[in-house]
Amino acid sequence: MASSAAVPFWRAAGMTYITYSNICANLVRKCLKEPYKAESMNREKVHFSLSKWADGKPQKPVLRSDAPEVF
Amino acid sequence: MLRQASRLLSRSVTAASSKSVTARAFSTELPSTVDSTFVESWKKVAPNMDPPQTPSSFMKPRPSTASSIPTKLTVNFVLPYASELSGKEVDMVIIPATTGQMGVLPGHVPTIAELKPGIMSVHEGTDIKKYFVSSGFAFLHANSVADIIAVEAVPLENIDASQVQKGLAEFTQKLASASTDLEKAEAQIGVEVHSAMNAALSG
Repeated sequence: MASSAAVPFWRAAGMTYITYSNICANLVRKCLKEPYKAESMNREKVHFSLSKWADGKPQKPVLRSDAPEVF
Repeated sequence: MLRQASRLLSRSVTAASSKSVTARAFSTELPSTVDSTFVESWKKVAPNMDPPQTPSSFMKPRPSTASSIPTKLTVNFVLPYASELSGKEVDMVIIPATTGQMGVLPGHVPTIAELKPGIMSVHEGTDIKKYFVSSGFAFLHANSVADIIAVEAVPLENIDASQVQKGLAEFTQKLASASTDLEKAEAQIGVEVHSAMNAALSG
């Protein structure tokens, strides 16, 4: 079957909708006036704990905390 | 192949009968308005097994659409961190869909719209409330309920115009100098979002 309708430019470049949506949200947050900007920076923090598995057992988890400025 | 045929048959049957049939969970009795030709051919092939239930028979029937168009639109506007509007009755909302600004009145045809960065305005009598929405979706249901979800939505007063201008200049420059597809896409998104904010502030 031939490929369907035109895809948005970001999907053609290999980006998913979630990445696109988060980039848009980050850009909007960066352009806010002062008190709102500080409050919103809290929302951008992403904390996750990553454990690699070997031999069916989780290895020591790595805690990652992404800074909001990074795309 | 036979399995596919029976699924297709029962899907069209239950779609027609779902409005009149109340679902009884895990019942082994057949709904009363089932397709008899299907049941008969089933019994010929597998006489000792009950004809299969389809997912539709387990689902609650859809809320019925009012026969007359309601006078107000019920809006639920949610963000990941807050519920901005919850069950609010309004006259109209204008949403920034990717296909353009879409005005939603009560009785709007059921639609799923993807939103682009732009202004969403909620009209209640003479009161208009505007938000700049970063992106999201709007689900308009047949019973005049609109569910709008966005990742970020801010009142226009909270946007800093000088930051927007700076961002626009920065991303326009990035777009010109971008090399990989991904860089171009990111710069393009930057240009789009900042132009939309610019237009929102000046419009």
